[in-house]
Amino acid sequence: MDPKAHVLERYHAKVFKNRKEHILRIDHAEEAQTITANTRTIPGIITNRGCCYAGCKGVVLGPLKDVAVITHGPIGCGFYSWGTRRNKAAPDEEGKNFTQYCFSTDMQEPDIVFGGDKKLRAAIDEVYSLFSPGSIMICSTCPVGLIGDDIHAVAAEAEKKYGIPVVAYSCEGYKGVSQSAGHHIANNGLMKRIIGADDAPPATKYSINLLGEYNIGGDGWEVERILKRCGYEIVSIFTGDGSWKKIARSHMANLNIVQCHRSINYVAEMMKEKYGVDWLKVNFIGVAAVADSLRRMAKYFGDAELSRRTEEVIADESAAIAGEMDSCKTKLDGKTAALFVGGSRAHHYMHLLAELGVRTVLTGHEFGHRDDYEGRKVLPFIKEDADNKNIEHLHVEPDQKKYRAFLSQEEYGRLKAEIGLEDYAGMIRDMENGSYVVDDLNHFETEQFLKCLQPDIFFSGIKDKYMLQKAGVLSRQLHSYDYSGPYAGYTGAIRFGHDVIMGLYTPAWRFVTPPWRNISSLEGSFGGDI
Amino acid sequence: MRQVAIYGKGGIGKSTTTQNLNAGLAAMGKKIMIVGCDPKADSTRLILGGLAQATVLDTLREEGEDVELDMVLKQGFGGIRCVESGGPEPGVGCAGRGIITSIGLLERLGAYTEDLDYVFYDVLGDVVCGGFAMPIREGKAREIYIVCSGEMMALYAANNISKGVRKYANSGGVRLGGLICNSRNVDGESDLVSAVARELGTQMIHFVPRDNMVQRAEINKKTVIEFDDSCGQAREYHALAEKIDGNDMFVIPTPLSQDKLESLLMEHGLMDA
Repeated sequence: MDPKAHVLERYHAKVFKNRKEHILRIDHAEEAQTITANTRTIPGIITNRGCCYAGCKGVVLGPLKDVAVITHGPIGCGFYSWGTRRNKAAPDEEGKNFTQYCFSTDMQEPDIVFGGDKKLRAAIDEVYSLFSPGSIMICSTCPVGLIGDDIHAVAAEAEKKYGIPVVAYSCEGYKGVSQSAGHHIANNGLMKRIIGADDAPPATKYSINLLGEYNIGGDGWEVERILKRCGYEIVSIFTGDGSWKKIARSHMANLNIVQCHRSINYVAEMMKEKYGVDWLKVNFIGVAAVADSLRRMAKYFGDAELSRRTEEVIADESAAIAGEMDSCKTKLDGKTAALFVGGSRAHHYMHLLAELGVRTVLTGHEFGHRDDYEGRKVLPFIKEDADNKNIEHLHVEPDQKKYRAFLSQEEYGRLKAEIGLEDYAGMIRDMENGSYVVDDLNHFETEQFLKCLQPDIFFSGIKDKYMLQKAGVLSRQLHSYDYSGPYAGYTGAIRFGHDVIMGLYTPAWRFVTPPWRNISSLEGSFGGDI
Repeated sequence: MRQVAIYGKGGIGKSTTTQNLNAGLAAMGKKIMIVGCDPKADSTRLILGGLAQATVLDTLREEGEDVELDMVLKQGFGGIRCVESGGPEPGVGCAGRGIITSIGLLERLGAYTEDLDYVFYDVLGDVVCGGFAMPIREGKAREIYIVCSGEMMALYAANNISKGVRKYANSGGVRLGGLICNSRNVDGESDLVSAVARELGTQMIHFVPRDNMVQRAEINKKTVIEFDDSCGQAREYHALAEKIDGNDMFVIPTPLSQDKLESLLMEHGLMDA
C-alpha cells in the first residue's frame, strides 16, 4: 500500500481530513505541490512540538551570553530549558558568559494568588547585584499571562533603576501553535529594543551578520572560522555565542546571511525594511552547500580579491577533507534517512547526507511554515488565521537617518535573481521524487513510516529518540547533536559522517529482544465447559 | 451539614443579607460557619463586630507551612465561626485561584467539623471564572441562593449565575434553592422577581424590604438581629432564616434567553422609562 494511505488509514474521518493535508508525496511533475503547516496540532496527538516560551527563551534569547535571561514562572519551565539546547558560548571581553546559568523567579502558589511582580522585581535586583549583566531579559511562562503580571512595567522600572536595557517578552507557552510563535516574539523584542541602539561602524566593507546560527555543538564557531578565512568581518551573530552589544550595532553591517530561515527571517525582513540591509539565505551544512553560500556572498560584494580568497578557501578546505569524505561515503553509500527536525534543519542536512551517499526518504518540520516547505513565493497566499494574528506583527518603516543601501539599484536588480537575495526557495524543491514530507509528524505516524519506509537512520529530537531506539532504528538528534558537533562547515561534515558511521555500525538496539517477543504476557485458563 | 453558597450581582447586599440570615439561623440554635470568598474580606464584619480578621491567604503567605486553624477562624455573634479567604489587591494576581487554595486549605485544617449545621459561602459578584465557582464544585455547596432585586442588572446577573449553577448541577449535584429579593423599592418588584424566579424554575424565597435599620446596624458593626431584635426588619430576617431552614425546593435552574428576560422586564414596566 502507498505509505501515505497506510499512515492515514487508521485515523477517523476528522483526523484523516486534517492530517492528509500535512503529508505529501513529492512529485515534481505536478505543478506547485502545497502542504498545510503552522496550524494547531489536534488535541490528543503526541506531537514533537515545543511551546512559545521554548522558542523565545530556549532558541533565540537563551544563547545571548551577555544577557541574564530570567524565566518568570514556576521553576519547571526554567529548569527544563536549562542547558538542554547545547548552544555553546565563550566568555566575552569582560569575562562574562551567563549561558550556563538558569535564572528563574520560582513562582509559588501565593505568587499566583497575589501577583508575581514583586518577586520579579526582587529577582532582577538579585541578578543585577550578583552578576551586573549588561542587559536583562524576562521571559513569561503560562501562569504569568493568566494572572496578568505587568512584566513590561517592571522591565521599564528596572531599566531606569540600573541604566541597562531590560526587555520583557510576553512569550507565554500557550501562545501560537508551536515554538515558532516564540521565535517571532523574540525577533520583535530584539528589533524594537536592541538592534540599532549603537551606531559604531564596522572596520571593513565585508561586514556581515550571521542570522539564525545558534552555535549548537559549536557549529557557529566552524562557520565563523571559514568566514574569517575568506576575509569577512562578523559584526554580530543571532544568537549563538552572541552578544546583545554586538546585535545593537548589527544594522551597520552590509549584509545579513540567514542560516535558519524559520526562526530569524522576521529580523532579516525588518532590517531590510528599516535599515536597508540586504539578506541572503545560506547553508553551511554540507560541503557543496558551504561552497555555494560562500560564492554567492562573494558575488554580493562583487570584489575580485574577495572572490579569489573565497575560491582559495573552498579549494583548500575541500581538499583537506576530500579523503575522509570519500572514506565515509564508502561506508554509508546506499543507506536511507528520515529527517524530522526544525523549521529549516531538515532541509540543510539533506545535502550533506546526499554527499555521503545517503538518500533522504522522509523529511518534515515540527514548526515550519508553508514558506519553509514551498518557498517564499507562497507568502502572499498564506491565509492568516486566528493563531498567527494573535502574535504581534511589527510594522517597520525606513529609518530616515540610518537607512542605507549597499548595492546600487541596478546592481540589486541584477544580483537579486542571480544569488537569490531576500529569497528562500524552500525544502520541497530539493527533495527527491517519491520521497515524503510530513508537517508536524507525530508518534503514531513515525511508527507507521518506520514500517513502510524502513529508513536506516532517523534524525530528529529527544522526544522520539527512545521510541526509535526501541524500534531498533538508529536515532541521531539534530537539535542537540546528542553529545557531539560541530556538524557545520568542512570539519563538521567529517565529524557528522563519523558519528553516523559509528551509530550504523553499532546497531546495539537491534540486538535487544524485548521480553514480550519470547514470553507470553497473557495468562488465563478456559472457563466453563468446552 | 448543609453547605450553602450565596451569589448575586456586586453591591446587591450579599454579605449583609448572608450575615443577617445567619444571625437568624443562630438564634434558632444552629451551628454555622461563614466562609467569605471575597478578596475584600468583609463578609464577616457584622458577625465579628468589625474585628479585623486575618485572612487565610494572608496567613498562608506570611506563615508558610505553619498555618493553624485558630489563626484564621474566629467566633462571633451566636457562636458563628467566621473565616475570610482574602485575596490580592484589585488588578493583580488571581483571586479565583485564591479561593481554590483557601477552601482546599480549610479542608486540610479540619474546619469542616461534624457538629456544623450550616456552612455558608459568601461569593463575590458574578461567577467570572473557575475559581469563583469553587464553592459549588466538587460537591461542596449543594444549595445556592441568589440575592437580587427588581433592578435590571441584578436580574441579568441572577440569570447568568443560574447558567453557572446549571453547568455544575449536572456534574456536581448543586441545586438552586431560590432568589432572595433584597428590595430596592423598584415598582412591582416582588411580582417581577417572582416571575423571573418562576421562569428559572425556582421561587422567590423571601422579599426583604428596604429599611434604614439595616444601615444603622451596619454602622454599629452589627447584624440587625443583634442590634435591635425587636424591630420589624429583624423579624424579616428571622422569617428568611425559618424559610431557608425549612426549604425543600431545590431545582436545576432553567436560565432564560436574553429575549425572554427582556420581555419579562418589559411586561413589568421596567423598560418603559
